[in-house]
Amino acid sequence: MILVWLIVILMVGGVLAWISGKVNRTLPRWVALGSVLAVFVLTLYIWMNPLAIVIGSNQSMGHTWYMRFDQPWIPQWGISFSLAVDGLSVLMLLLTFFIGLLAVLISWREIQTKVAFFHFNLLWVLAGITGVFLTMDLFLFYFFWEVMLIPMYFLIGIWGHENRRYAAYKFFIFTQASGLLMLLAILGLYFIHGNQTGVYTFSYFELLNTTLAPEAARLLMFGFLAAFLVKLPVVPFHSWLPDAHSEAPTAGSVILAGLLLKTGAYGLLRFVLPLFPMATVEFAPWAMLLGVIGIIYGAILAFSQTDLKRLVAYTSVSHMGFVILGVFSFNEWALQGVVMQMITHGLSTGALFIIAGFLYERLHTRDIRQMGGFWSTAPKMGVIALIFVMASLGLPGLGNFIAEFLTLVGSWQANNWLTAFATIGLVMATIYSLRIMQKIFFEANRMEQPLPDLNAREMLIAIPMVVMILWLGLYPQPILDTARPSIQEQLQAYTEPLIEQAPIARMDRIEMEAIPEKTFGTKKPKEAKPSSYLQIFKSSN
Amino acid sequence: MTLTDFQHLMPLLILTFAVLVSMLVIAVGRNHKIMYVITAVSFLAAFASLFELRDVGRYTIEPLLVMDGFGVFYIGMILLTALLISMLSYAYFEQREERKEEYYLLLLLATIGSCVLVISTHFASLFLGLEILSVSLYALIAYLRTRERSDEAGIKYLILAAFSSAFLLFGMALVYASTGTMEFAGIAAAIAGFTELPLLLLTGFGLMIVGIGFKLSVVPFHMWAPDVYEGAPAPVTAFIATVSKGGVLGVLIRFFMEVDGFRYPTLVLIFTIVAIASMLAGNLLALLQRNVKRILAYSSIAHLGYLLVAFLAGNQMGVEAVTFYLVAYFITTVGAFGVVAMLSDKERDAEQLEDYRALLWRRPWTAAVFTAMLLSLAGIPLTAGFVGKFYILAAGVNTQLWLLVVMLALNSVIGLFYYIRIVAVMFQQPEAETQVEPRGKLRPSIYVASVGTLTILALLLVYIGVYPSGLLQVIQGLLVTAAP
Repeated sequence: MILVWLIVILMVGGVLAWISGKVNRTLPRWVALGSVLAVFVLTLYIWMNPLAIVIGSNQSMGHTWYMRFDQPWIPQWGISFSLAVDGLSVLMLLLTFFIGLLAVLISWREIQTKVAFFHFNLLWVLAGITGVFLTMDLFLFYFFWEVMLIPMYFLIGIWGHENRRYAAYKFFIFTQASGLLMLLAILGLYFIHGNQTGVYTFSYFELLNTTLAPEAARLLMFGFLAAFLVKLPVVPFHSWLPDAHSEAPTAGSVILAGLLLKTGAYGLLRFVLPLFPMATVEFAPWAMLLGVIGIIYGAILAFSQTDLKRLVAYTSVSHMGFVILGVFSFNEWALQGVVMQMITHGLSTGALFIIAGFLYERLHTRDIRQMGGFWSTAPKMGVIALIFVMASLGLPGLGNFIAEFLTLVGSWQANNWLTAFATIGLVMATIYSLRIMQKIFFEANRMEQPLPDLNAREMLIAIPMVVMILWLGLYPQPILDTARPSIQEQLQAYTEPLIEQAPIARMDRIEMEAIPEKTFGTKKPKEAKPSSYLQIFKSSN
Repeated sequence: MTLTDFQHLMPLLILTFAVLVSMLVIAVGRNHKIMYVITAVSFLAAFASLFELRDVGRYTIEPLLVMDGFGVFYIGMILLTALLISMLSYAYFEQREERKEEYYLLLLLATIGSCVLVISTHFASLFLGLEILSVSLYALIAYLRTRERSDEAGIKYLILAAFSSAFLLFGMALVYASTGTMEFAGIAAAIAGFTELPLLLLTGFGLMIVGIGFKLSVVPFHMWAPDVYEGAPAPVTAFIATVSKGGVLGVLIRFFMEVDGFRYPTLVLIFTIVAIASMLAGNLLALLQRNVKRILAYSSIAHLGYLLVAFLAGNQMGVEAVTFYLVAYFITTVGAFGVVAMLSDKERDAEQLEDYRALLWRRPWTAAVFTAMLLSLAGIPLTAGFVGKFYILAAGVNTQLWLLVVMLALNSVIGLFYYIRIVAVMFQQPEAETQVEPRGKLRPSIYVASVGTLTILALLLVYIGVYPSGLLQVIQGLLVTAAP
């Protein structure tokens, strides 16, 4: 029942925030803050619970789920209001509500028009995202997938910068078009499963057991991929992202970068991998190639931007390349890296957007050519920015390093060549990241008036993010432990004997390497080298 | 005819009686409110009488009509829509100078025509229903005579509708010539043996499709729709878009189900082309419009294309999907035109995109309702339109009409462009800080009529969007008898 509350609190909170705008201009902000705080605490409570539930046919895996909720919704079509939460979901939810809190806080001063309606939209985006991370019914998944679009469209279209309408349009059309292809794939899967078993249902756990002809699996997989790759985004489909990110208000950019992109990655992990094991293996080299192209292309474009928010947006493209690279490596290393990447990228890119927002509030420009030399006038902002720029380039000790390292270790086992090219991205990340620092905080100060430093509210936003990114960098074990059971479950189809018949020679390698993974992170004496690496992190704290 | 026949025709009899009463009332003295009350009460009474017929099974009134679950559902849908439109009309016409009383007479008559269509099983009753509907519509479209474009719209509809009726009649004659019967069941029996349609019969069906296609305003018989939508008063436009098309679609489904027209690849091909052309032309042409009524006209052309996708599925699920989508489409269309009617003033209808600029900040609730309606047309979740579109896609995927299904998905995206454009205009920031417009101008009774109607529609829209189970149960329960 708690799971339903998560969504209900956000939706009701949104409506309340809208109504309370009639009473008082600041009341909506408090209502929004209160609702997000409430769901954040609830999620922490869920996380504290032990894994207690087995769902589906994977009895051998043991308990992998925290809790679930199931209620028939449209029984005629086999649709149920089915929510469940496992390690992966709970991490995503924690990220969602943490970013949600920040989004409310940074809008405190920035948003001065239509405050009530803004917070309504903000809370409904969060509700939609929460639904996406929770639902275990494919119809409901599509439903929430769409629910989060409309409020996001309004956030960009009403409170955005100059070119907001174009950006909002583009965002909406891209995501909606790709979403419809996914809907067709969902329906195809529904009917294939129904014809096989006679049970017409959208339940994820039932559909997992569908046996698909290779041809059908390929088509259906592309339907799902369309939605997720656009959302992620992967390079040929990325063009909505720089526009949407740069035109959105700060809270909108933070939610887009921190959360909406993650729904794409989550979809890949949760649906594409387990539903279409054969087809994904076939497609993997191409997907990884797209990932590498994204890493390098995003980095080059990031380097050449002058608009700070656009620059950060392109770094997202680059970082999301690691996600797709990791997902299609099909091993636990890479997937752990992907989960870490989702969380740390959400924090670090969110933080960079927030800093861009702070600067815009003070200077009313996003053009980095007009900035410079702020280190001396605004040292606090400089330090915060330095930390997140370093995080973004993958400095050891900060969360992103763990994420990218794990991803690369995993993908090396799957494809050496592409991984080698992907590492070039790390060098390029250093170049564009240092350029941000150089242009904004060093060089000569071109501004006439002095730049005010961060005030107490802004520090209140920045400090928790710094703490989080440091914690993730120094002691990631709780995150890895939480994610492990569900990652193993997603990968089950790839580690079972069934896959050995796959005519891809490369898979045998993974089979062999998969053996030490069973002991991943546990204290067994004869551990392989990679695991002892994690051991270092454990003992260092 | 026996007494039970009369019982089964009760909804139609009530409406006919209401027409007579209204005529007498007008003869005694003109009063807008009384006319409105008579109309509304008769629609309600006719609807209530349907509850007697819930478990009718299949009752034939030889040789013209049949009362079955399908008919009951469609009549109910038509009556409720007509009721809502009459409520909107009251508010709309109360603000205008013209003589308003005859309007309700025509509205009642047109509704009767539409009801006859959905229960007809014979060419005679089909044609009768269609003509009652059309002739009333001629007058309804040109009702506000002094308006700039109403004559043009009325004449255009008159000429083209008469033409299409001629096509329909000629088609019926050819079908009669080759089968020797005008009853649907008889035609079905006569052609049951054919695997391929003979040329004469095919020509007959083809000509009939022209006539029906005109009424449904599907491409390539859609030319009249934008002009008529634009020229007619907003409530009448809503009526044409919903009741008139719903009735014709009802009889089309009944006829096709009866004769099992889906066996013939030629007919399926014709409808496939028509469906794809309607979707594409409707959506692409809507992109070019700046007039809200014309946008809605083209969007309705596209929506009829969507409906044909489910129709082409040709099985029980397809019929259910069409019916469900029609319900969603009726609610949405009446709601959208209701907003147009509500914003219109004495001189002209609020049809330019400019009229909607910054509406959200001037009249937040109206804008919210209109947004909901547009999102439903675009098929966004939490609205009935989403579930309807989902149902159609499901029906299409189920029978593996991949081409049509992909076209539908593609067109939904094109459709988004212009729906979102209207929404974006409404959400624009006003140049100066405008005040919320005072609402005191309207008298309470009018206010209740229009605002009440829109509220009902918006609630229904969201209710069906969130909890479609109830409606599904009703549809599936009543439509069991539809497929032979």
